[in-house]
Amino acid sequence: MRFMLLFSRQGKLRLQKWYTATAERDKKKMVRDLMQIVLARKPKMCSFLEWRDLKIVYKRYASLYFCCAVEEQDNELITLEVIHRFVELLDKYFGSVCELDIIFNFEKAYFILDEFLMGGEIQDTSKKSVLKAIEQSDLLRIYFNKADA
Amino acid sequence: MPAVSKGDGMRGLAVFISDIRNCKSKEAEIKRINKELANIRSKFKGDKALDGYSKKKYVCKLLFIFLLGHDIDFGHMEAVNLLSSNKYTEKQIGYLFISVLVNSNSDLIRLINNAIKNDLSSRNPVSMNLALHCIANVGSKEMAEAFAAEIPRILVAGNTVDSVKQSAALCLLRLNRTSPDLIPMGEWTARVVHLLNDQHLGVVTAAVSLITTLAQKSPDDFKTSISLAVARLSRIVTSAAIDLQDYTYYFVAAPWLSVKLLRLLQCYPPPEDAGLRSRLTECLVTILNKAQEPPKSKKVQHSNAKNAVLFEAIALIIHHDSEPTLLVRACNQLGQFLQHRETNLRYLALESMCTLASSEFSHEAVKTHIETVINALKTERDVSVRQRAVDLLYSMCDRSNAKQIVAEMLSYLENADYSIREEIVLKVAIQAEKYAVDYTWYVDTILNLIRVAGDYVSEEVWYRVIQIVINRDDVQGYAAKTVFETLQAPACHENLVKVGGYILGEFGNLIAGDSRSSPLVQFNLLHSKFHLCSVPTRALLLSAYIKFINLFPEVKPTIQEVLRSDSQLRNADVELQQRAVEYLRLSCIASTDILATVLEEMPPFPERESSILAKLKKKKGSSAKLPDIDETRRQVNGSTEHSANNGTANTSPPLLLEDLLPTSRPRPYSSSPILLSASTMGSAHSFTADMLNLTSTPAAAAAAAVGGGGGGLLVDVFSENSTSPSVDVSEDHLERFVCKNNGILYENQLLQIGLKSEYRQNLGRMYLFYGNKTSIQFLSFTSSVTNNTSQSQLIVQAKPVDPMIEGGAQVQQTLNIECVSEFTDAPELTIIFRYGGNPQHIAVKLPVMLNKFFQPTEMTSQDYFQRWKQLGAPQQEVQKIFKAKYPMDSDATKAKIIGFGVALLDGVDPNPANFVGAGVVHTKTSQVGCLLRLEPNTQAQMYRLTLRTSREPVSHTLLELLCEQF
Repeated sequence: MRFMLLFSRQGKLRLQKWYTATAERDKKKMVRDLMQIVLARKPKMCSFLEWRDLKIVYKRYASLYFCCAVEEQDNELITLEVIHRFVELLDKYFGSVCELDIIFNFEKAYFILDEFLMGGEIQDTSKKSVLKAIEQSDLLRIYFNKADA
Repeated sequence: MPAVSKGDGMRGLAVFISDIRNCKSKEAEIKRINKELANIRSKFKGDKALDGYSKKKYVCKLLFIFLLGHDIDFGHMEAVNLLSSNKYTEKQIGYLFISVLVNSNSDLIRLINNAIKNDLSSRNPVSMNLALHCIANVGSKEMAEAFAAEIPRILVAGNTVDSVKQSAALCLLRLNRTSPDLIPMGEWTARVVHLLNDQHLGVVTAAVSLITTLAQKSPDDFKTSISLAVARLSRIVTSAAIDLQDYTYYFVAAPWLSVKLLRLLQCYPPPEDAGLRSRLTECLVTILNKAQEPPKSKKVQHSNAKNAVLFEAIALIIHHDSEPTLLVRACNQLGQFLQHRETNLRYLALESMCTLASSEFSHEAVKTHIETVINALKTERDVSVRQRAVDLLYSMCDRSNAKQIVAEMLSYLENADYSIREEIVLKVAIQAEKYAVDYTWYVDTILNLIRVAGDYVSEEVWYRVIQIVINRDDVQGYAAKTVFETLQAPACHENLVKVGGYILGEFGNLIAGDSRSSPLVQFNLLHSKFHLCSVPTRALLLSAYIKFINLFPEVKPTIQEVLRSDSQLRNADVELQQRAVEYLRLSCIASTDILATVLEEMPPFPERESSILAKLKKKKGSSAKLPDIDETRRQVNGSTEHSANNGTANTSPPLLLEDLLPTSRPRPYSSSPILLSASTMGSAHSFTADMLNLTSTPAAAAAAAVGGGGGGLLVDVFSENSTSPSVDVSEDHLERFVCKNNGILYENQLLQIGLKSEYRQNLGRMYLFYGNKTSIQFLSFTSSVTNNTSQSQLIVQAKPVDPMIEGGAQVQQTLNIECVSEFTDAPELTIIFRYGGNPQHIAVKLPVMLNKFFQPTEMTSQDYFQRWKQLGAPQQEVQKIFKAKYPMDSDATKAKIIGFGVALLDGVDPNPANFVGAGVVHTKTSQVGCLLRLEPNTQAQMYRLTLRTSREPVSHTLLELLCEQF
C-alpha cells in the first residue's frame, strides 16, 4: 500500500498515512486530486478506480471516506477489508467511533493504524492482537499518569 | 473501552482543537493557529524547564497544526527529547511527531538514531516496537544504513517476542523497498523462510510479506519458501474456519494470510515436484469449490474476504498458465461474476478475465462471454467498469469476432466518456488493422473512427491508415473512392481532410474515370475544405494539388491559378507561402517527365510496429500491457491464431517504438527549392532521396541531370563556338566563365579546348573537349588537374583520356567536381603532349568558382528585406564601387546576374534601375545564403555592388568574382 487517507464528505482530511517517501507538495496535490475524484463518485459505483499508476480502493463509512492507494498487482477486495478491519478497530477502541473521536484523538487513530499496518503491509490481522498492543500502551499510560500524580 | 475518558487526555489540546473547529473562517483559523504557535514558541524558549507532560502536549499541538496543512518549523528538538523520556506516552508522541514530520536535518537524524538504538537494545518489547515503527515510517537511507544489520538479528533471534518479530519483519521490508542495496543477505534469510512455520499466524502474516518482497529481488535465495507456503496454504484452506480463532474473518479462514501466500507463489513457476504441485492444485481446486458453496454469512465482508482469496487464486492460476482445467474453471467462475449484482465483483471479473483472455487455454472460454461484456459496455453506470469492459473486449478480440467487437466499440465511442475516448480510438484502430482480412473493412472502420471521434484521433492513427493504403495496392482504389464519398459531407473533421488530401493526391487517378469524381471535381472538393483548415492541413493540401498537376495535366491551369493567388503566394505563413511558390514554379518549369519523377507515387513504407500500438503503450502502461503479454505468450505457445497474425502489418518486431512518420515538419530555409518541392507531403516521410537521386548518389545524379553526355555535346560546344567571335586565349579567360558554363576555354595554333559544365548543389561535372587543329596526331597526350586548394575545400577528379588524338579529331574528358567547403582558388589544368616530336606544355585555369554552386532562391520583397536585415552584421556585408568595363546595358546585366547563379528578383528594390538577387551557395559542409544588390549609376558610369552572406570569406570571394563582370 502506498498511502491511506481519511477524509470527510466536506473534503476535510482527517488522517493521512504515507508508506513511501513523498514530498509535502506532492502529497497536498495528490490529496486534493484524489478527494475531488472520490467525492464526485455516486454511491452505487464500484469501490475501485485506476488513478495514475495506482489502484484506489475506497469505502465510505457514515461521513468519512477511507481511501487506500495500492499497487497494480495488489488485491482490491482484501484492501477493502483492510479498511473495514481498521474501522472495526477504531470502533472497538473508541466505542462506536465517529468522526469527532478521530478529530479529537487523532494521535490515537495514528497509533491504532500503526499497530495494524506497518510499511503499508498488514502487521497483524487479529483484532485481539492489535487491541492488546494498544491496551498495553494505555495501561502503561495510566500507570505513568498515576505515578505522576 | 472508551479511551477518551481514560483520563490521560490533554485538556489543552482538546480545547485548542475545539477552538479551531469553532473558527468561522479560514482567516480566523489562521489567527488562532498563529496565536498558538507564538504561545508554544515562547514556552519552548522560556527559561522555565518544561515538564514532560507539557512538552508532550505542545508537540502534539504542533503535530495537529501540521496535519491541518500548515508549516511547522520548530519543535523538532523537543520531540527528539521526548524520545528518551522514560514515560511511554511521551515517547510515543515523540515518535509520532518524528514519523510524520521528520526531514533530513542531519543533526536531528543522529539524535533520533541514538534514541532508536537505545530503545532497540532496551529489551522492552513496547519500546522496541515504537523504535521499529519509527524506522519503518521514516524509512530514510540514513536509518537503513544505521540499522540494516541490527534488524535481521532481532527478527531471527530466538528470544524475540512475537510482536517485535512482526514489527522487525515489516520494518525490514520497508527498508528493503527504499534502500534494497543496504540490506545484507546472509544466514538469516534461511531462518526468515522458516518463520512461515511459526505457530503465531500474525508472525507468519508479517513474514510472508517480507519474504515475497525479498523473493522478487532474488528468487533463488527463497526457493525453499515454495513448499512451506504450499503447506501453510493447504492447512488454511482445509481447516474448519473456527480453528483459526481470531484469524478467521467473517467465517473465512485467514483471508489475508491466504492472499499473501498466493502472492508469494506468484513469484515462482509451478512447483517442479509432482507431489507439491498436486497439493497446490488441490488447494486451488478447494478455493474454486468454496466459491460455489452457499455463503456462510450475508455480510459483504464474508463475500469480500472469500472472493479476495478466490481472485488471488485465479491470479496464480493465470500466472502458472499450465492447467487447462483450472483456467477454464476460473473463467467460468469469473463469467458468473460478470452478472453479479455487486458492482465491485463485476469490475474485478472484467479485470481478471482480461488477463485470462491472453492464455491459449482459456482464450476461447473467455470469448463465450462476449455478449455479456458488450452488454456491460452498454449498461454499466460506472465509467470505471465500462473501462474494464473496453479492456476486456480488446483482449478477447481475434479474427473471429473482430468485426463485431470493433462495431460495438465504435458505437460505444459515440457516447463514451471523454476521458477514455482517445484510448478507445487507439484500440479500435489497432484491432481494425490487426484483424483486417479485407482491407476495405479496415478503411471503412478508420474513416468511421474519424467521423465519430475525429478530435480524439491522434496523428498516429491517420498516419497509419495512409501507410497501409500506400503499402497495399488492392485497397487504394477503394480508399480513394471512400474518402471521396466521405468528403462529400458538408462538415468533415480536419483529420478526414488530411487523409482525403493525401489519398486523393496519391490515388485520385484511380477514380478519375468516373465523371462524378473527375479530376476537377476531386480538386474542387478538396479545395472547398481548404479555407476551413489549419496551416498543417493546408500545407498538406497544397502538396496534394501539386500531385494532382502530375496526375491530371488537365487541371494544371486551375491549380496554378490557385497557387498563384495572393492568398497563397503572399500567405503570411512562411511554410504555406514557400510551398505555393515552389510548387507553382515547379509546375511551370519542370517538364512532364521531371514532374512525374518528382511527384511519383509514394514508395511503400517499411513494415514496422504499428505506430498506434506504440502510442497506446506509451499512453496506458497498465491496460496496454495486457495485449502485449497476450502477444508474447501466444508467440511462445506457437498458437495457430497467432501465427496467422504474423502476416499483418503490426506484428513485426515489437521493439521499434519510434513512430513511422517523423512528426517534425518545418524544414530549414536553406535547402534548395527543388529539394523542397520534392518533399511534397511535408510531414509525411522523408523520401527526398528517392525522388531526385540527389542526396543519395551525387555523381550519378549529376550525370543523370546532364542527360545524354557523350558525343552529342561536342556538336553543341562547337556550334556555340561558331557563334562566339572571340577566340581570345588571354589569361583573363577565367572571368568570362564566371557567368557562363560553356564556351572555348583555350585555343592556340594546335589545340582548342572546349568546355561544357553543369552544376547542381555542391556537385559539378565538366566536359572538356580537346580538338586537334592540325592534320598530325598528338602523341602521349595527358591532361591532369592540379588542385591548388586543399581537398577539404574542393575535390576534382579527372577521368583519363586517350593518349593519342588524330589530326582533326576531338577527344572528350570528364571531370567530377565536388565543393566541400568555400574556396577561392580555381584548379589548374595541365596538358602535355608531343606534336611532331616536340613536347608541348599548356597550363590553363579551370573555371571552377564558388558561384558555380549557387542555387537561385525566389523570394518576395518582404522576405528579402527581412533576411537582408538578418544579415546586417558589419562583417557580413561587403561593398565595392567600381567603374563600368562594359556598356551599361540592363538586359546584359540581368543575364550576367542570372548567369552568376542567383535568382534575379523583380520588383523587390524600390528603384527599378537597381538589380537584386538571392541564392544559396551549396557546399558539402554548409549552405550559405547570399543576397546581392547592384546599383548602376549611368551618369558616372559606375556601379555599386553590395553583398550580404552569413560568412565573410564567402562575401569577399563572390564580390571579387562578380565585380569584374560589368
